[in-house]
Amino acid sequence: MRRLSWFNVTSLTLGLAFLYLPMVVLVIYSFNASKLVTVWAGFSTRWYGELLHNEAFLDAAWVTLKVAVVSSTMATVLGTMAAYVLVRAGRFYGRTLFSGMIYAPLVMPEVITGLSLLLLFIGIGLDRGIFTIILAHTTFSMCYVSVVVSSRLVSFDRALEEAALDLGCTPFAAFRLVTLPIIAPAVIAGWLLAFTLSLDDLVIASFAAGPSATTLPIKIYSAVRLGVSPEINALSTIMIAIVTIGVITASLLTKRAAVRRNAEEHAADRA
Amino acid sequence: MPQTVFAPWNDPDEKPLISFQGVTKRFGDFTAIDDITLGIYAREFFALLGPSGCGKTTLMRMLGGFETPSAGTILLAGQDIAPVPPNKRAVNMMFQSYALFPHLSVWDNIAFGLRREGRDKAAIAARVEEMLKLTRLEKFSHRKPHQISGGQRQRVALARSLAKAPKLLLLDEPLGALDRKLREETQFELMDIQEKTGTTFVIVTHDQEEAMTVASRVAVMDEGRLIQVATPDRIYETPDSVYVADFIGDVNIIEASARQSGDKVSLAWAEGQLPLIATTTKTFAPDQHCWLAIRPEKIAISAERPKAANALQGRILDIAYLGNISTYHVALPSGQVLKAQTANTRRIERRSFTWEDEVWISWTDTAGVLLDK
Repeated sequence: MRRLSWFNVTSLTLGLAFLYLPMVVLVIYSFNASKLVTVWAGFSTRWYGELLHNEAFLDAAWVTLKVAVVSSTMATVLGTMAAYVLVRAGRFYGRTLFSGMIYAPLVMPEVITGLSLLLLFIGIGLDRGIFTIILAHTTFSMCYVSVVVSSRLVSFDRALEEAALDLGCTPFAAFRLVTLPIIAPAVIAGWLLAFTLSLDDLVIASFAAGPSATTLPIKIYSAVRLGVSPEINALSTIMIAIVTIGVITASLLTKRAAVRRNAEEHAADRA
Repeated sequence: MPQTVFAPWNDPDEKPLISFQGVTKRFGDFTAIDDITLGIYAREFFALLGPSGCGKTTLMRMLGGFETPSAGTILLAGQDIAPVPPNKRAVNMMFQSYALFPHLSVWDNIAFGLRREGRDKAAIAARVEEMLKLTRLEKFSHRKPHQISGGQRQRVALARSLAKAPKLLLLDEPLGALDRKLREETQFELMDIQEKTGTTFVIVTHDQEEAMTVASRVAVMDEGRLIQVATPDRIYETPDSVYVADFIGDVNIIEASARQSGDKVSLAWAEGQLPLIATTTKTFAPDQHCWLAIRPEKIAISAERPKAANALQGRILDIAYLGNISTYHVALPSGQVLKAQTANTRRIERRSFTWEDEVWISWTDTAGVLLDK
């Protein structure tokens, strides 16, 4: 490992501080005993306890969790299918257009995605609630899954699928028995990414949510407008923890798969 | 005891197992296979040989069901296989990259095809054990593909493709990834297994030595066409074109114009030189342009003028010492360089010739092959 120069240490510290100082402050104040957010009065986990008795927050948390699980699962199925078609089908008419359209939502401003979804839901007369939030989240997280899965599929040896067909598999059985187990780490990473995206989304959810269902980020946002409470700090800390675990797991899965693939290739070279 | 020679292609009553009839394959404007008609017989070890891009892999993939012909029909045991998908064909393929399933053990890899057939557990286990024994992999059955060596992986791929007892086994450059020594051993293993199982093998290779070693017949391909289909010794001894002569082994090609009398042909090949003499069964028009192909090992080298039908004087330009044999590059007064090969039966210090020596090279009238294309 190379030693870091003073310049590098300084820029690294500044950069990290810029990114994480706000969150660190939030996490610290979530353990504040005082009711006044900006006055430190000793360590306490009191607000975490109170959070457990706040029905409104717990309801919103439950909705958020349901939305995240269902939408990320749907997004994973759709995103994997799209990635598979894009990588496998070769050059078909309109392929470039199709792949462009898959990835466009990545750069589309969320406000626009949210607004267009809202218009669609009103247009087809769909009552806004948990179902519309799920649909909206599936829409925007699907392209992230598709990016993650297709990057794995590109390096996938097509002969493996042909071998499966050759040995008597139908195309679907070949996908289920050979392709899917091999790309599973990327699919799981995609699911985790979609899950965390759904968990902390505010903009799109606020367009798609109705009076019958509110997600946690919306709840926090509206509560903060009435003044920041230590309870919200505690809730936010929990969310930070969940998202961090999700992202770290996703990246570890991707990395471990890459390392293992590398090791296999090295073993093949040696042989 | 009279030995019956395996040569079903000479028997007019024998029906080929596979029959290509006017098969053409186009990819866009590119013609990969150009109107091929070919029969491959049961129990043959048939080699498709050619440089990369000659269409040999495409021809094989059509048998496997991964490509469909643009025109013509392919019959397998009398049945048109064009509409049959790969998973319904009694054909298995061994892939160039082996394509072993990395998430399955050696045992499960071999059992994969058997399980798709829905056989009962005991039958599958028995068949897998049989395959492991055939390929000497018993000790590795629980390892994953990345935990075994390249040679072992090659054998797993072979065992997996043989497990379903296909009528026809396709091998796509099966030994390409192995080093030379292992490759030679494996070639004999392949022949052994082919004999034991009685399966028809079709092998694709660009390595002419490999094709010559393993195959009962070799098809030399170029630019989507079959150039010559014959047994290895016929391909080597009597190539029917300059392309085949040049592609298989080492050869001297002398351009000349022919003057035939009976089966003897007198060849005018360079100004101010005596004509060369060759025999042929073909007919050449007077002064027809032709090529004489002679293998280096059929050219003798000597200090004195020998009593042979063809003798030329020259100077040794280069010597390639290969251990068991040496190849002498002899420059003729005409400027042409011919290669002559001798076995090194004596120690190298006692070698009779060295660089710049004036020598005679000679060959008989039957040593070369006279070609008209």
